[in-house]
This record gives sequence, structure tokens and C-alpha cells, in this order.
Amino acid sequence: MSRWYGVRGWVFLALSAFILFAVFPILSLKISPENPFHLSQYWVTLIGKIMCYAIVAIAMDLIWGYCGILSLGHGLFFALGGYAMGMYLMRQIGREGQYQSEMPDFMVFLDWKEFPWQWWNTDQFWWAALLVIVVPGLLALVFGYFAFRSRVRGVYFSIITQALTFAAMLLFFRNATGFGGNNGFTDFKRILGLPITTPETRMVLFMSTGLVLLGTLLLARWIVTSKLGRVLTAIRDAETRVAFCGYNTVHYKVSIFTLSAVICGIAGALYVPQVGIINPGEMSPANSIEIAIWVAIGGRGTLTGAIIGAGAVNGAKSFFTQAFPEYWLFALGLIFILSTLFLPRGIVGLFSAKKKSNGH
Amino acid sequence: MRSLNERAAIAALFLFISGGALALDRAALQKLAAGDNDQKLEAIGVLVAEGDPAAAGMLARFAEGEIEIDGKRVEVVVNNRVRAAVDDALAAFKLLSPDSATRQAAAKALADGANAALFPLVNKALQAEQDPDIRALLEVAAAGMEMKSADKHVRLAAILRLGESSSPNSRTLLSEAAADADIDIRMAAQKSLRAVQYKLAWGERAGLLFAGVSLASILLLAALGLAITYGLMGVINMAHGELIMIGAYTTYVVQGFFRNSSYFDWYLLAAVPASFIVAGATGMILERGIIRWLYGRPLETLLATWGISLMLIQGVRTLFGAANVQVENPAFMSGGIQAFAGVVLPWSRIYIIAFAALVLFFMYLLLTKTRLGLFIRGVTQNREMASCVGVPTGRVDMWAFGLGSGIAGLAGCALSQLGNVGPELGQGYIVDSFMVVVFGGVGQLAGTVYAALVLGFTNKFLESVSGAVIAKIAVLVFIIFFIQRRPQGLFALKGRAVEG
Repeated sequence: MSRWYGVRGWVFLALSAFILFAVFPILSLKISPENPFHLSQYWVTLIGKIMCYAIVAIAMDLIWGYCGILSLGHGLFFALGGYAMGMYLMRQIGREGQYQSEMPDFMVFLDWKEFPWQWWNTDQFWWAALLVIVVPGLLALVFGYFAFRSRVRGVYFSIITQALTFAAMLLFFRNATGFGGNNGFTDFKRILGLPITTPETRMVLFMSTGLVLLGTLLLARWIVTSKLGRVLTAIRDAETRVAFCGYNTVHYKVSIFTLSAVICGIAGALYVPQVGIINPGEMSPANSIEIAIWVAIGGRGTLTGAIIGAGAVNGAKSFFTQAFPEYWLFALGLIFILSTLFLPRGIVGLFSAKKKSNGH
Repeated sequence: MRSLNERAAIAALFLFISGGALALDRAALQKLAAGDNDQKLEAIGVLVAEGDPAAAGMLARFAEGEIEIDGKRVEVVVNNRVRAAVDDALAAFKLLSPDSATRQAAAKALADGANAALFPLVNKALQAEQDPDIRALLEVAAAGMEMKSADKHVRLAAILRLGESSSPNSRTLLSEAAADADIDIRMAAQKSLRAVQYKLAWGERAGLLFAGVSLASILLLAALGLAITYGLMGVINMAHGELIMIGAYTTYVVQGFFRNSSYFDWYLLAAVPASFIVAGATGMILERGIIRWLYGRPLETLLATWGISLMLIQGVRTLFGAANVQVENPAFMSGGIQAFAGVVLPWSRIYIIAFAALVLFFMYLLLTKTRLGLFIRGVTQNREMASCVGVPTGRVDMWAFGLGSGIAGLAGCALSQLGNVGPELGQGYIVDSFMVVVFGGVGQLAGTVYAALVLGFTNKFLESVSGAVIAKIAVLVFIIFFIQRRPQGLFALKGRAVEG
């Protein structure tokens, strides 16, 4: 336990857990909507969404902050997890769609008579949950193995992951791919037989997301403080030397890349039922690059920084897109530039530097 | 609606012949006025067969819905089928025009398939025709009409002549005849069909080749600037696409200055240097202001330049609005030439291929024959050593980055002639241009050229087989696998160095 966090860290974690699993549910469900302390659906969805992003940011920090692999295709893994969950949610709509058919509306619209092979067994939750993990994981495993084996690294790797997500986006835009084309999946009605829009279901989704977030943080912390983590950091700093010491760097990189992709897939699966839509836009290269900036602004190689960065950027985003929609891109662009120029160690680095100078 | 030109031609014919209007066949006119559709078609045939130019003006008014018999105006109903027949007939009349361009257009329209009733007129025109191009077109048109004849020998002769042509329309005619009940006709038609298909296949292959070269020239233009900033300098400039976009918008602004002048067709002459300068200056400001602080930190450069690209997109959106703006082609770039049967090569694409070659040539000269080029190569090969012998490396970086950005601006100027100009224009090219540079091998200008050609052809070839989206995906996947096989690109620098 002490290897993970010091006493202050654990107290802080316990406090977050208390807020997530006790305070928020009470504020949202037990307090009447007239009360100013009531937590509205808007906030539950927004915070839930940002927690999903924070999970992705931790996954990104694991590979970029600790292993020096900047993937610009993590939005793809996120979207794949989302699509796997989305397929299940589409099947749960049943006959309540616009065309009152067993098939999802877009298939009726395209005049398909039976489900294509990708949809096999997707009406089973366990199968969808399996897909959420296996599809991004397998893709990352195969792609990562070939890429790292041929020593594709640094910017090259970033660019081919970007090409990968771009290609996938084009693929998913096609109606013939069988995932709803441009519009993707939306208008979900139920999850596990429960209506998806009630405050109670929303709260359950919210709390599961919180649970996964804390679990991911602890898992990541466990990894980076273990021997494995040391090797990963060494690969980041001097890969050739690590290889000369007799470590097979390919295996380490593939494993951490695959784990990171799986975490992203799970985050995507939690994101879709809360936000209520998934479409190929999630795979656009811009989305994946944004993930990197969450980590960069929060502070690379700190894990908590990733969470802070995801929260700060997405908080700012929902504020700007409501208050001054036309200035959001200016703000985001500035965040990109200023954080790389003046905050090489991110927000967390800012505070730890201050602490150190106080101590002197 | 008929075009103005055609109207003018008809009006001219009408004036020319109006004196002879009385000579028109009364019975045919009656049929036109009161007959059913078949009778109307027959009447049109009769009028055309007489070859009396007076019929042209009458038919033109007939298509508008009125006809004059014995000085009385009668309203008539003209359906699409009859109207098409009238249009053909009018085209046939234009075969008698003294202007060869008008005759050629008319012959082309008829060669694409026309009413057999026009045969006598076409035949008459054919005998009078001197121009070999128009003759060839007319022969196809005449043969197409003879194919419908009842006389077997006439049909056989027509099939033979169609076999010498190379229009897609003769292919359609011949494949109909190739399934004829008569064995002689079937055999002859199949033979001719093979000949036509052979010729057409060459045309299609040439068209594919041209599309490949055209796409390659666009990829090359988009990637050349990046070949300097990324290939030589090693700066991951994600705002490269936005520099292209700035070039396109500069073209739009320059076009605005020329809007009301009589030199509108020449605005591109001003737009080319303007887009180079504006995009180049933007690049130099970015290099001095932001990018130079990030040298040696490629991943940070990537993120910062992405931020720049977002701000440039939003900046253009604020200045010019989010909608696409209209950039018009100058007159000499619209239209195209017909190089092969059924293949039209647009002038805009031809000019852009030439433009890409020109840009490449000047860039080559600049890098190999000038002092700046020498400095750029020196700094990229060994910065410390260049600095030691007195090369101002910082300033060279600035000029090199400006050059790369300026070439991106030129690409934007060229792209504005092909498609929509909007704030997100550059986003579509960023992945492509990186693919070209990486595929060709970083730091290899020749590699960039070959990569653009290979990717252009592959893409167009796959497109003809499997459709545009799948082709694009296949090319991306191909590059991803290629980079894993050969991380240094097509043309790797040979050496034993282990990278950092």
C-alpha cells in the first residue's frame, strides 16, 4: 500500500471515493430539484463524461508519460469500445425504434434483412463486454507488435497511429461497414433492461465510471511503481541502452500499449450510455491529439496530472462552447502552444516545483 | 433551356431562309400540328429529308409549342420524345452551317446517337464535308443510323465502319448488334466490337493514367513544403495544412481585387506570388515565435503546431466566415481537351500538373544552385559544423521554414482552382502529405516525388477497382505496413548509425 501512495495520497483517494459514491448520489437523487444543492442531470452527465476522459488520459499517460510512446490513435480504441457497447445498446432498443423492427433503424432504412456478421451475439451483455476489451486490445496487440518490432518509434509511430485512426474513421463512415455510417448509434432506450435516462440508471453509470477511474488510477500506480514501471521509464529515457542490457523492449512496449488500449476501450464503453451517441467523428485525428494535450497540460508521468488535465481542458471546453463558442478553438490552440512552451511539466509540475523551492 | 449560342445560330438560319417558308411540305406541317407523336416524328423526318433550311426555323418554333400553317398560328403539345427528335433535327441542320466549330459540335451531338430519320441530311452533309475530324464524326453518326436499316448489306457495311471508330456510342450500338438473330451480322458485330473495345480500353487506361498523374501532382504540391520543413528540418508541422489553406484564401482575396476589372483572367499571375509570400511570412513568424523554442523536442512541436493549426482555422473562420468561399477559374482554365474517345482532360488539371513540375524545378534549383540552398543543406546535415564555419543557423532555419510554408501556400493557390475553399481545407491534406513524405523517406526530395507518383497512381487504380473510400483506406493501410517493413521510407539513407 505504501508503495502506491503516502498517507496524504490515500486520504485524498478516500475523500474522492466518498464524494463520488456518497455525496454525489445524495445530491442528485435525495435532494429535491428546487434545492440549490441539487445536482442536475446536466452535471451528472458532464462529470461522468469527464471521468471517462480522465480514464483515457491515464491510459495515455501510461504509454506517453512513462514509456515515451505518443499514440495519436487512442481515440480509435476509445471509439471501438464505444461501438461495442453501442451495438448492445442498439439491440436493447428492441421494437421501440422508429420502424418498430427487431433490427436497428439504420438497417431497416438500408433495407437489410438480417444482421451482418459483426453483430453476432451482440444482444448478450457479456459478449458486448468481451468485445469492449478484446477488440481494442487485439488491434493494439497486433498493430503494436508489428510497429515496435520494426522499431517504429517517436514521431513515426505518432504519424502511423494517426493514419490508422483516420483510415478507421473513413471505414466507419461507410454505411456498408454496418455501424450506422455517418450517424453512428443513438436513441438508446435501455441498458440491462433498465430505462437508460432515469436519474437512478444515470447515477449507477456515473458511479461505475468513478469506480473504474479509481481502479485504473490504482492499477496504473501499481504498474509504474513496480519493476515493470522502472523498465518502462528506462525505455522512455534510453531505449537502446535498455535493449543492450538484455531486455526485450518490444515485449514491454507491446504489453503497455495493449493495456492502455484496453483501458481506453472500457472508457469508451462507459462513455456511450452516458452521452447517448457514438459516431465516427470520435475517431477523427483531432480527438486523439486532444487526448495528448490533456496529459501534457496536466503533467506527463504523474497520473494525477492526467486526471487534472482531462478535467481542466474539458471543463474549459464545456464552459467556452456555451459562453463563447467561437473562441473555444482559440483557447484550445493557446493551451496547446502555451503548455508546450511554458509548462513542460504541466500543472502538477508547477505545484511540485513550488513545493520544492519552499522547502529550500 | 437551349444555350444562347444555339439560339443565335437558329435565329441566323431562320433569317437566312425565311423567304423559302412557303416551300415547306403542307402535309408534314399538318401532321406536326395535329398528328399523334409517331406522326410528328415521321413529319420531322420528312422535313429534314427535304433538307430545306426553312424547316429549321419552323422546327425551332415548333419546339417552343407553336406552328404556323397558311399564316395561322396553331398551339401544339410537344413531349420529351418529340422535343429530343427536334433537337437532333436542329443539330442536323447546323451541319450545313458555314462555321466549322458549329458543324463539329453538331456532328458530335449526332454521333452520340440520333434518330435514323435524319440519315439523308447527315449523308448530304457528309458528302459536302471537307474537315477530316468532322467527317469522322459524321461517319459514325451515319453508320449508327444505317444500323437500323432493313437492308442486311447496308447494316454489314455500317458495322464495319463502326469498328473503325472509337466512340463509346459505337460500343453500345455494336453490342446490341452482337446479339442479333442474323449470324453474319452477329459475327461482324462481334469482330468490330472487339476492335472498338480495344481502342476504348486504351482511352480508359490513358484516362486512368492522367487521373493518377493529376492526383500525384496535387499530393506532390501538398507534400513538397512539408518535405522541407519536416524532411529536411525535422519539424513536425501539423499546421502545414493550414498554410495550404492560407494560400487558398490569399488567392480568394486577390481574386476579389480583380473582380471588376477586365484583367480578371490574369488574377492568378498575382495570386501565385501573393499566396507564396503570405504563407511564407506566416511560416516565418511561426518559426521565430514558437517553433524554434521546440527544436529537438519533436512530440512537443507536434502538439504546439497542432495548436497553431486550430488557431489559424478559427482565425480564418472569424475573418471570412465558416462557409466555403467561391474561387473562380480563369477562362483559360475551364473546359478541357478531348484526348481520347470518352476521356476529357480538364485544363485546370493540366495546368496544375505543369505548375507542380515548375515548383519542383525551382525548388530543386534553389536547394542545389543557390547560397541559401547550400546553407539549408549544410545546417540540416550538421548544424554545429555549419555554425562553426559561420553559417547563421538561426536565420537559415527561418528562411528554410518560410520556403516550405511558401510552397504550401502555392499548393493552396493550386487547390483553390480544383475544389472548395473553406477553413477546413488543410485538414484533409495533412495526413496525406505526411504519408507522402514518410513514404518517400524523410530528408529525400527525390523520394517525395516518387512517393507522390506511386501513391497517386495506386490510389486512382484502386479507386477504379473498388471505389474511392476503400481505395483511400487501402492506401493508408498499405503505408502503415510499408513503414513497418521499411521505417526509413522508400529511399533510406545508407549507414550504420543507430538512432538515439
